Amino acid sequence: MLIMRHELLLIAITVILLLVEIFLPGDKKSRVITLAILLMTAVLILGFVPGPSGTLFGGMYQTTALISMLKNILNIGALIVMIQSADWLRKPENKEKISEYYILLLSTLIGMQYMLSSGDFLMFYLGLELATIPLAALAAFERFKEKSAEAGVKFIFSSALSSGILLYGLSMIYGTTGTLYFAEVGPAFTGTPLQVLGFIFFFAGMAFKISLVPFHLWTADVYEGAPVNISSYLSVVSKGAAAFILTILLFTVFSKIALMWSNVLYIIIILTITMGNLFAIRQQNLKRFLAFSSIAQAGFILLGIIGQSQYGMTTVIYFVLVYIFSNLGAFGVVSIISNRTGCETINDYDGLYRTNPRLAMMMMLSLFSLAGIPPVAGFFGKFFLFAAAANHGLYILVLIAIINTIISLYYYLLVIKAMFLNRSDRPIPKFKSDFYTSLGLILCLAGIFAVGIASTIFEAINGLSFGLY
Amino acid sequence: MFEGVPVHWFLVLATTMFFIGIYGFLVRKNLITMLMSLELILNSVCINFVAFNKILFPEHLEGMFFTLFIIAVAAAEASVAIAIIINIYRRLVNIDVEKMNEMKY
Repeated sequence: MLIMRHELLLIAITVILLLVEIFLPGDKKSRVITLAILLMTAVLILGFVPGPSGTLFGGMYQTTALISMLKNILNIGALIVMIQSADWLRKPENKEKISEYYILLLSTLIGMQYMLSSGDFLMFYLGLELATIPLAALAAFERFKEKSAEAGVKFIFSSALSSGILLYGLSMIYGTTGTLYFAEVGPAFTGTPLQVLGFIFFFAGMAFKISLVPFHLWTADVYEGAPVNISSYLSVVSKGAAAFILTILLFTVFSKIALMWSNVLYIIIILTITMGNLFAIRQQNLKRFLAFSSIAQAGFILLGIIGQSQYGMTTVIYFVLVYIFSNLGAFGVVSIISNRTGCETINDYDGLYRTNPRLAMMMMLSLFSLAGIPPVAGFFGKFFLFAAAANHGLYILVLIAIINTIISLYYYLLVIKAMFLNRSDRPIPKFKSDFYTSLGLILCLAGIFAVGIASTIFEAINGLSFGLY
Repeated sequence: MFEGVPVHWFLVLATTMFFIGIYGFLVRKNLITMLMSLELILNSVCINFVAFNKILFPEHLEGMFFTLFIIAVAAAEASVAIAIIINIYRRLVNIDVEKMNEMKY
């Protein structure tokens, strides 16, 4: 019971929301928002209570202190997304679908948590699909918008293809090792040609989920078409979960072919960071812009994995935690402005500082954190990632990454320039954010500063991580 | 039923099916046919799993179970995909992928 506490709590609140949806009269449906957020807060707090580690179902399910902590990080991200979607859900066209939205969102979160604690490739696959299929329904959530339907179709088809490719790789791994348990595949995985082929297929499937470069083409279209809050969920929680499980698998199951996968990662990192940055420069729509910036950030996350050490894993987790706060901050501002005014391009943001100074400040701090400018947490996240790769002796790679950070600074500053320096004839009108949006943005702001300053967080993560050597 | 059939015959069959599926997915313009190509990919994986299990590792049934789960998950995936396709049809009165080009670079 207690070993599976995170998932059971989430399943419990999903069932509660379903029952509330059935029994609540139609005119009180908007109360579900408050209820869902309160329940999720309770789950988040209960998740921090230390519990036992162990395995269940004959080793198919496992949990350790590290995995519990990763689940808590995902819970934080999901809670902030739930808070930020409140304003959007109150719109008249979404009023009927509030609990639907939260149930789908929570079931993807359950899928991600099962994926993180899987001890077997079957469990891993089920978790992955549970995390993916409801997200497609969420991407197509705005049924009367053509763009949303297009985003849904693009997402379900590319993710189904990617999981097909991943499964084909898994079947080869099964054929050569004779087992699907992580603990038994690891020692048997010696790097025979068929195993390497299987690993490549498997890695391609995972790279789809994290949107690394040869497999990134769905990202921008889906992020632009889907509702803003779903884009933020996709870019933060979904990507974070996939990055965590990829790190764990590469460090345990595929540890014997570390030399091979670090060569693969080396090329993919350079491609991902460079392509993400270069495409982000020419975007006008802010959602597309953040999509390409999140592709580049995924490349930075891999820098920690290629470091192969305990320190490397710590930096991956730490960076994802920082990235949750900074990206959700940026997406939160885009979301509230898109809800109130429908403006989504960078030119619309001209002169935002004069009309909505607090939103402009929040956006600036989030973008500074994404770019990695010192006072905010993003700087420490990137710095530690570079240090992890440099400790492994990959100086050229780190140099390329640093050059790319400078390029990324250019396009982040373009948005800041539009908000603070440009003047506009028709600026975005002044409006007052509702309670939940302010709360979500304040949480992000607190995270951006607190995670960077409190070194205990980094120490705590470091105490639980493990590395190849 | 398949006594004496060597395992690489199944592998050739599965690989051929897999790449026919990939080809169909990339070339076809109709969303339903693309979905059929996806099913072909998943079924080739099922053949692989069952053949490996039956011929190489008959003492456990892991491959068979995986196949059952793949079938179930593929059904769920197809139902969500078809729901989205119906929604697309209502918006565009068309299910041609070439028409879904509102968002491009």
